[in-house]
Amino acid sequence: MSSTVIDADAPLTTEAESRVAVATQRQLIWWRFKKHKLAVVSAAIVLAFYLVTAFADTIAYSEPFDSQAARSYIPPQPIHWFDAGGKFHPQVYALKGKRDPRTFKLSYAPDAGDPRDLALFAHGYPYRLFGLFPTDIHLFGVSNGRATDALFLLGTDQLGRDVFSRLVLATRTSLTIGLVSVALSLVLCVLLGGISGLFGGWTDTVIQRVIEILRSIPTIPLWMGLAAAIPASWSPEQVYFAITIIISFIGWTELARVVRGRFLALREEDFIVAAELAGASRLRIIFKHMVPSFLSHIIAATTLALPAMIISETTLSFLGLGLRPPAISWGVMLQDAQNLETLGLAPWLLVAALPVIVVILAFNFLGDGLRDAADPYG
Amino acid sequence: MSAAATVLDVRGLRKYFPIRSGLFRRNTITVRAVDDVSFSIARGETLSLVGESGCGKTTTSRCILRAIAPTGGEIIFHAASGEDIDVARLDRKSLRPLRRQMQMIFQDPFSSLNPRMTIAEIIGEPLLVNGMSDSAARNARVAELLELVHLPSAYLNRFPHAFSGGQRQRIGIARALALNPALIVADEPVSALDVSVQAQIVNLLLELQDRLGLSYLFVAHDLSVVKHVSHRVAVMYAGRIVETAPTEALFTTPRHPYTEALLSAVPVPDPRRRAQRIVLEGDVADPFSPPTGCHFHPRCRYATEQCRVETPALTEIAPGHAVRCLRARELSLSGVAAPG
Amino acid sequence: MAEPILSVRDLKTYFVGDEGTVRAVDGTSFDLFPGETLGIVGESGCGKSVTARSILRIVERPGRIVSGEILLRKSDGSVVDLVKLPSDGAQMRAIRGGEIGLVFQEPMSSLSAFHTIGNQLVEAIRLHAPLSKRAARARAIELLAMVGIPRPAQRVDAYSFELSGGLRQRVMIALALAAEPRILIADEPTTALDVTTQAQILELIRRLQQERGLAVILITHDMGVIAEMTDHVVVMYLGHEVETGPVDAIFHAPAHPYTRSLLRSIPSVLAAPRSRLATIAGSIPHPFARPSGCPFHPRCPDYMRGPCDQTFPEEVAIGESHAAACHLYTGAHAAAPA
Repeated sequence: MSSTVIDADAPLTTEAESRVAVATQRQLIWWRFKKHKLAVVSAAIVLAFYLVTAFADTIAYSEPFDSQAARSYIPPQPIHWFDAGGKFHPQVYALKGKRDPRTFKLSYAPDAGDPRDLALFAHGYPYRLFGLFPTDIHLFGVSNGRATDALFLLGTDQLGRDVFSRLVLATRTSLTIGLVSVALSLVLCVLLGGISGLFGGWTDTVIQRVIEILRSIPTIPLWMGLAAAIPASWSPEQVYFAITIIISFIGWTELARVVRGRFLALREEDFIVAAELAGASRLRIIFKHMVPSFLSHIIAATTLALPAMIISETTLSFLGLGLRPPAISWGVMLQDAQNLETLGLAPWLLVAALPVIVVILAFNFLGDGLRDAADPYG
Repeated sequence: MSAAATVLDVRGLRKYFPIRSGLFRRNTITVRAVDDVSFSIARGETLSLVGESGCGKTTTSRCILRAIAPTGGEIIFHAASGEDIDVARLDRKSLRPLRRQMQMIFQDPFSSLNPRMTIAEIIGEPLLVNGMSDSAARNARVAELLELVHLPSAYLNRFPHAFSGGQRQRIGIARALALNPALIVADEPVSALDVSVQAQIVNLLLELQDRLGLSYLFVAHDLSVVKHVSHRVAVMYAGRIVETAPTEALFTTPRHPYTEALLSAVPVPDPRRRAQRIVLEGDVADPFSPPTGCHFHPRCRYATEQCRVETPALTEIAPGHAVRCLRARELSLSGVAAPG
Repeated sequence: MAEPILSVRDLKTYFVGDEGTVRAVDGTSFDLFPGETLGIVGESGCGKSVTARSILRIVERPGRIVSGEILLRKSDGSVVDLVKLPSDGAQMRAIRGGEIGLVFQEPMSSLSAFHTIGNQLVEAIRLHAPLSKRAARARAIELLAMVGIPRPAQRVDAYSFELSGGLRQRVMIALALAAEPRILIADEPTTALDVTTQAQILELIRRLQQERGLAVILITHDMGVIAEMTDHVVVMYLGHEVETGPVDAIFHAPAHPYTRSLLRSIPSVLAAPRSRLATIAGSIPHPFARPSGCPFHPRCPDYMRGPCDQTFPEEVAIGESHAAACHLYTGAHAAAPA
């Protein structure tokens, strides 16, 4: 008698395999994603950036519009971690104004004799946390005196504004524009791509030709044209929205083709035919069968589209076509670094390029990891 | 055969695909994927539709289920209630109730189940969509169906990726049986499976037919499997049926040269039977430009000048045995040996 | 008896992955003689394709040959162990195509869609022989004629997608034989083809073998093809060969329970209509859940508690060139085949 003849229909029996057997698609994707170390690290970096975005005002310590020409082009001020006695006592040196006897020009320079204590959760300029709660606590500042006199972690620009605070606030602007643009694009592309793929025929042909025409227009001239059309009288917020819409308007075409492709492929899948033959309504087939199938793909494609949106905004603003001062974004900050003379005098103004590079890379690796994780089973 | 004993009558089924080409899409060639196909299936019977690639058997099966719309002909389904429905002419709305009566089993066990649904949801979907909203009732029925196909009900909450090809096919069969159909169209249900698993599924299909009185339209290219499952066989070539006969008669005394060649080409698992093979020249007829007259004449060793000119009709030459060949009565062809 | 042209000895090819190691080929041995057709038959997961790829050293990562020997007797009489050669070295490249040709299962994906078949043939020819382009092209046309392609002088400039499945497979065979190898390995060459086309291709392989004295390894899951085409058979299960023998013995006196069960479960045109098929209990084990002892024991109708689930059965000679790896025939548990 053979007691180990396995029942003809016993599937996998080990503990680990049972876990896999009841794992939903989402869990499987998560497990696969975790294996990509680079993608996981990138996800952490992206998350960190968005945390900065959420707490932008808290992390900044100088009011971004507080300009004082006399403080212009001050190099980054280091933190002195230990005081004269050797104790751990983070300090920065305050600035002292000095009037040049010959030109009578007032200029500021750090004064080693006037140290200010660096403090966490110090008071600074007032703002609203999340736009709701009025407060003036910032992540760090100086405990004796005003932060604007002493703290210049990344130096100042031509107008005497603190670069570090501006950078943090620029991060908020640049990253949220990207997000909003992508969300708009997503809606457009799922809608149009889905209609195109599902209904086929003339609808499909028309939509595809429109996409091709849009894609064949050279982007920079198109942006220039659209940006020039924005009335100069609009407020920074209005300009912000206009730019967002312009960027998403061009960006949706890429995703729409992906969505259409997925719908076309899915239409022929046997399980879709089986659902039709069972009598499922079209709506049910779309939402219960098709959309979940390509959702992960769309998320991956979206994550890869974000860096493109960020670069678009940065480029536009850098060229002076996008956001304009007093709005702050990475592109606007880089605009200040445009001429060689300035660069020679104040190379720290280029620091705005760093977060751009880091974020783009991080999003790309994250998107790759997501796509690889979502892909194995269609 | 009395009408009540027949479950499906197909008469003159046609499916043509117009292919537009040219710069302005004006030149149209018509591909006659299914060209005047007629057959009938009795209650509790299995009719196999065999042929090679491009013969139109898959298109035929999809037409019968109205997964695609036929170009012409009649598909009469005789419901148990007594009414006769022409599937070819139904509008979309009336199709729904009919769906309960005819279901399909697919070839590829990997793409026929939605990977994001549990098997309870997959098998329960036809029930849910057809009005069984009470989930307790649904689960009971799903458990019943799993038992019918010999799958343990403990696996209700697992996803398809946890199962082997053979098990997935069983799940697909359970799904097809959910609404108690009278006719099941099985499109190459075992060709993607290993030999030993194939045997299990074939046995299961035979068992279900005995238990539930099902009729099968079995579409296949593997003649050995066909021998095991069919009551009757219809051979298709280039969109037309060239021979229909009871299984034993078709295999031992074929009357069409293509059937003879097909049977001779099947490798027999016995080294002592390496008989002289009929090896056909050339490729299977191109559906875009099929030969004139009898589609098979360019490859047929018995073809005459007449065969190139005249298209033969499907005629009955013995009870239950019909052939589409001008020379059917004069030719004496060889089949496989009788079981012994 | 003549010397074997290819000897595989205790070949082990493993795939090491995150979730564990898959022992795709786990100790297979067989000999191939000149002019003979050896059939390797088994179901999915038995390792037959990986064996072919191991012989040609084209196993994809993360697979690697862990141990064993693949002894090739070259045309000059010397014997070289293919396992010891670097897989991308000049010697191995000369052997691929020059000594051993390979025909794959899917002719569509094995031929480049971007080059004419003439280009691909010329490339294969010139890799192994110092011919001018014109001479190579003439040879390519000869090869196409040899494999039975009508109007070869015109077809040589066709692209693979312009040809039917049967014609493409003939081109694959021409490519495999372009450099005149003495061994041809055909991995499921007709599985993707219609049955009448399959008959043509098998006929072609048989004719070419006779004309050129090739040694052929035919890998398939179809027992009918094995019965038709082969002289000697290796039956594989989960990476091991479980039985080897002359084709007649395998079909008419199978010794291993798996072989017997397999033969009983195959459908045949000779069976009575609507007869049930004998089945093998259970299903092929998951590669990570290998049974202990004999890999077939959980499904074996002749299972014996004790030896079968504990020790791996060594191969035992049953008859002339006929051997089986089964405890029914080893030592104290020897019993006459049922």
